[in-house]
Amino acid sequence: MAFPHRPDAPELPDFSMLKRLARDQLIYLLEQLPGKKDLFIEADLMSPLDRIANVSILKQHEVDKLYKVENKPALSSSEQLCFLVRPRIKNMRYIASLVNADKLAGRTRKYKVIFSPQKFYACEMVLEEEGIYGDVSCDEWAFSLLPLDVDLLSMELPEFFRDYFLEGDQRWINTVAQALHLLSTLYGPFPNCYGIGRCAKMAYELWRNLEEEEDGETKGRRPEIGHIFLLDRDVDFVTALCSQVVYEGLVDDTFRIKCGSVDFGPEVTSSDKSLKVLLNAEDKVFNEIRNEHFSNVFGFLSQKARNLQAQYDRRRGMDIKQMKNFVSQELKGLKQEHRLLSLHIGACESIMKKKTKQDFQELIKTEHALLEGFNIRESTSYIEEHIDQQVSPIESLRLMCLLSITENGDARCSLDTHYGPEHLLTFSNLRRAGLLTEQAPGDTLTAVESKVSKLVTDKAAGKITDAFSSLAKRSNFRAISKKLNLIPRVDGEYDLKVPRDMAYVFSGAYVPLSCRIIEQVLERRSWQGLDEVVRLLNCSDFAFTDMTKEDKASSESLRLILVVFLGGCTFSEISALRFLGREKGYRFIFLTTAVTNSARLMEAMSEVKA
Amino acid sequence: MDCYTANWNPLGDSAFYRKYELYSMDWDLKEELRDCLVAAAPYGGPIALLRNPWRKEKAASVRPVLDIYSASGMPLASLLWKSGPVVSLGWSAEEELLCVQEDGAVLVYGLHGDFRRHFSMGNEVLQNRVLDARIFHTEFGSGVAILTGAHRFTLSANVGDLKLRRMPEVPGLQSAPSCWTALCQDRVAHILLAVGPDLYLLDHAACSAVTPPGLAPGVSSFLQMAVSFTYRHLALFTDTGYIWMGTASLKEKLCEFNCNIRAPPKQMVWCSRPRSKERAVVVAWERRLMVVGDASESIQFVLDEDSYLVPELDGVRIFSRSTHEFLHEVPAASEEIFKIASMAPGALLLEAQKEYEKESQKADEYLREIQELGQLTQAVQQCIEAAGHEHQPDMQKSLLRAASFGKCFLDRFPPNSFVHMCQDLRVLNAVRDYHIGIPLTYSQYKQLTIQVLLDRLVLRRLYPLAIQICEYLRLPEVQGVSRILAHWACYKVQQKDVSDEDVARAINQKLGDTPGVSYSDIAARAYGCGRTELAIKLLEYEPRSGEQVPLLLKMKRSKLALSKAIESGDTDLVFTVLLHLKNELNRGDFFMTLRNQPMALSLYRQFCKHQELETLKDLYNQDDNHQELGSFHIRASYAAEERIEGRVAALQTAADAFYKAKNEFAAKATEDQMRLLRLQRRLEDELGGQFLDLSLHDTVTTLILGGHNKRAEQLARDFRVPDKRLWWLKLTALADLEDWEELEKFSKSKKSPIGYLPFVEICMKQHNKYEAKKYASRVGPEQKVKALLLVGDVAQAADVAIEHRNEAELSLVLSHCTGATDGATADKIQRARAQAQKK
Repeated sequence: MAFPHRPDAPELPDFSMLKRLARDQLIYLLEQLPGKKDLFIEADLMSPLDRIANVSILKQHEVDKLYKVENKPALSSSEQLCFLVRPRIKNMRYIASLVNADKLAGRTRKYKVIFSPQKFYACEMVLEEEGIYGDVSCDEWAFSLLPLDVDLLSMELPEFFRDYFLEGDQRWINTVAQALHLLSTLYGPFPNCYGIGRCAKMAYELWRNLEEEEDGETKGRRPEIGHIFLLDRDVDFVTALCSQVVYEGLVDDTFRIKCGSVDFGPEVTSSDKSLKVLLNAEDKVFNEIRNEHFSNVFGFLSQKARNLQAQYDRRRGMDIKQMKNFVSQELKGLKQEHRLLSLHIGACESIMKKKTKQDFQELIKTEHALLEGFNIRESTSYIEEHIDQQVSPIESLRLMCLLSITENGDARCSLDTHYGPEHLLTFSNLRRAGLLTEQAPGDTLTAVESKVSKLVTDKAAGKITDAFSSLAKRSNFRAISKKLNLIPRVDGEYDLKVPRDMAYVFSGAYVPLSCRIIEQVLERRSWQGLDEVVRLLNCSDFAFTDMTKEDKASSESLRLILVVFLGGCTFSEISALRFLGREKGYRFIFLTTAVTNSARLMEAMSEVKA
Repeated sequence: MDCYTANWNPLGDSAFYRKYELYSMDWDLKEELRDCLVAAAPYGGPIALLRNPWRKEKAASVRPVLDIYSASGMPLASLLWKSGPVVSLGWSAEEELLCVQEDGAVLVYGLHGDFRRHFSMGNEVLQNRVLDARIFHTEFGSGVAILTGAHRFTLSANVGDLKLRRMPEVPGLQSAPSCWTALCQDRVAHILLAVGPDLYLLDHAACSAVTPPGLAPGVSSFLQMAVSFTYRHLALFTDTGYIWMGTASLKEKLCEFNCNIRAPPKQMVWCSRPRSKERAVVVAWERRLMVVGDASESIQFVLDEDSYLVPELDGVRIFSRSTHEFLHEVPAASEEIFKIASMAPGALLLEAQKEYEKESQKADEYLREIQELGQLTQAVQQCIEAAGHEHQPDMQKSLLRAASFGKCFLDRFPPNSFVHMCQDLRVLNAVRDYHIGIPLTYSQYKQLTIQVLLDRLVLRRLYPLAIQICEYLRLPEVQGVSRILAHWACYKVQQKDVSDEDVARAINQKLGDTPGVSYSDIAARAYGCGRTELAIKLLEYEPRSGEQVPLLLKMKRSKLALSKAIESGDTDLVFTVLLHLKNELNRGDFFMTLRNQPMALSLYRQFCKHQELETLKDLYNQDDNHQELGSFHIRASYAAEERIEGRVAALQTAADAFYKAKNEFAAKATEDQMRLLRLQRRLEDELGGQFLDLSLHDTVTTLILGGHNKRAEQLARDFRVPDKRLWWLKLTALADLEDWEELEKFSKSKKSPIGYLPFVEICMKQHNKYEAKKYASRVGPEQKVKALLLVGDVAQAADVAIEHRNEAELSLVLSHCTGATDGATADKIQRARAQAQKK
């Protein structure tokens, strides 16, 4: 089952160095505030921090108590307070309220704010406005790359997506450039660079500037990673909007994988407790099924269970010595495997319970119909019914977006704001980010849409909308799909057990657009011959290639490819590219601003009552 | 070779002093030196002369003239002195000329006579005048000490970081001290002064009388005092013609000497070197120069001309109208080699090499002699070291040649010292050249370091030489060539007669993109000279936008700064400029600027969203962005407003905005929301319970759940809830209530727009098979099988499927057939299938 890598596949670089770097820096920062101190951690940073330094390491460096940053007065009695936060204005106000409360009470303590991954001027300004700039000391913890797995680096910046693609805020791009700079100093320069998207181009250029400013350091180093490919999420929304059917993706859709680990509830663990499980290559069972289509997983697991049983059974008829050996050496491994196996079986059951109901089949069928572009009427009415049933606003929105993009905005469904007034704003957000595209006239939706599109050309909307106007144009999905042959022609049943192409991640119905683009460019080593596709993607100005002349790269490194997803990538895409890598003898390394899925995309666009 | 030691003069038993000519001066002086105020910088630095300093007449023709020369007498600058009378001149460590005026003002000039800045030595001086001043050097930089008319001292230990210290009063001091000097000990500056037979030491806190140990009796006054270059030693000259030499701490006496000349000397300076064998003091009178040490005899020279002494680290420079000489103690290595009849290994090696050149076998004899003693390494080292101390290139060469010759017979002699000496001598010979005029000795050069030497060359605008030296020594670009080019460029921008374009182009041509050159620094310099346009042009060459922005802001080119900041992609930088702009421009202009910069605009909006909501509104208003304005008010309606009236009002504003934006859909939806809010409020008043903030759907559901069917239907009609949705809604609600009766009534009210399968499904979900069966019969034919299967009627499902002759349905039923109970049904299906296939 689990596909072995080709024997000539290159070794992955060791990314655990990134963890050590981050840990050492954090310790250094903590030591800057000698003595006992209480540490306030922002909720979003807790899981990443846990992967870098656990509580005992923090305690070693005189962290006394840990608190979560939340809008409550702090109960800490420590004389030194240390805040570990993302550079957000909200946090600054929280800190300011704490400090000012202390001031009112006539209390003096030491305060230190550690921004991760960097501080922003706006934050310092808020501190200044609140009159506490002189009372706190600020530091930066340049922790921007968390290795979630051997081939997956995450910046853990989910807000990147909304900030850039909706609000047009470019502040994180510099962070990306710096992360790339760090990678190139640690793992050598990247001889071949490709990219598509406005943000990709900006990040790339900023990164190049950084390299030029500090040149000499990476010069002469042998590149370890031969290619780098930068891709904006808005180049391919479709893939991210689809329901995932590969095991890892499904687990993410169902249970939400957070920072490389998942909380399996009682229904999975078949006990009364929830269990936090790390999901990565070290989990032997998971590693074998993560990239599998869900339909294969159960069979695999039961096979595995039988094997395990057989191994257990071997102890029958063992003599004492053999038994001793067995207990001391194998048993632990078997028990571990046993535990994992039962967990994943539990997870499978739970997923099955949720998904094998009629509606999931229907849902997948509708999605495939949308992707393939037939039975539009049926799909539309399915979506309408979906809205009528008020199943989940997020799901409905997702389907509408999918319909709108794949059908070039020719969706004939009515969106109702009766989900609540804030969804009117959500709707305009989706529109602005290009997740909902233009509609044909003659519909309730059209009224809004045409007005919004007018806004786009209206000067009053400012140039910001111009920036998005390219997105607001027709999405051209159908034409791109044809050009890139995204819908594989299948004779008979697509055998999901023995996948032929990357389409297997969507049950053989659709090759992820993002992955196809990467495949094509890597094959050509340039964008040559893809002009039409690039034009259809509205990225004519933002597709670039950059090759260095000197050929120091070994053939090994040339088969290592770093793919950078700006705005997040899904597990399906990761699985698809892993598959491509096995086929072609490449190894892919993924760098993403955050792991995402359709629900997260929609939530990022939603206006929620704060 | 015999004549080589001709200019060596023994002092005592162990040491020799020699004097040789550095340059013959070419400065064509009209005045005698004694008619000028003279200041010469140490380390072969420049010489400043102020002529006619004491003339009181105001006539222009006799105004004082300030001339600056190199150590070789090449004129560097000449300017007419227009300020007040000058008391004293002196050079700072950075080779800036400090001119202390009578009124306490200190004017600072550059090497080329360019005025740099001025500072004052305090207000007290204004009335009392400055009587005398000294410029001295400390670890921190250069200091100034003054003696005022009120006989008080004020000093500043570092003119770069001016902190004036007024020294305590000397008790009973009625007239000016006969002589005084600034002393620097333990990083603190003191003043040592002599009044009659007494010596006083002034520090910050107190004035203490001191007595030099072992001072000969009968002294009634001190005429001169001299502190050594390193502040370690002190010499005192008394009116009896007696010289006391000791440590500057006045704790120890080194020696004394009686020269029997009672006339006050013109100058007295120390002449010693690091690891000196015999320290000496050089005393100069009008026509006589005396070197005095711990020996009964002194060395005497006759001065043909009026001369001036400049103490150096390892000797004394003596210049007059015609010559410039250097007097020093012969260094150890040279002495060993050149001393008459010396048998030192170095001397033998030099001899051997000479014989070798003459092709004489004596070479071998000499060499053997050294080797037998095992002193060849020492010999080579001696020759290398001695070469460093020679002024004449010929002599340097022959010593180096000897070293190189000796090296051949050594197996493992590290080449570094030889190579470095060759390099250093090359550099030294280059800067000692007449045209450059920096007569550095090897020890001075090592003390000064190459970096400082390069700085001094740059200061003299000798850019090509500096660059050549960098290239020759292979200094890293950032420390060497780039730095010099940057300095050159900074000088270039000061050439006001050249047009902006030409300067910018010239600079760019020379500098290109040499690493380490900061165009923004050069631009800052240009701006400093008042050439804003040039500065902007130069900034264009700056590759790092981040570096451009601060200067542009300083030059008030905020808008350009904004676009540069945006180019840089550094949002922090953009933000900095934005805040600057916000304070600089009025609100309207600020918004207009933002409007043209989408990236900045969105950044600012993000900030406003969190911090300044009102500004955000203004921004949208300014842009007539009614769409966003509408969204803004909608957000306000649920985020900011508490009261229902306020919320409705906010929504009304939003609706108006949407109308203006011609977004009727949004406007209508907003109005609906207003209606809903009002209605919910009424419902709460009339029925109690929670309605506010529910969506329409939830409101209707809540009504049904509460048993208010009528109202629910009314509401649905009012808001034109589509039929299908209403049916789904009612169905779900009633099933939740388990109100089966009402559900049945509802199902029969008219034909269901959503079919009857949902009814079956929902009943089954509530595990009510009985009710489900009721509806299963009403399900349309396409879904009948599904419905029957749901209620568990496999047999009937099979019948329907067979009737439909639908393969998919058949297999669906088959998959539901379990075990023995449905065995018959399964068979039936298989049969039907077989039959169908036959046909």
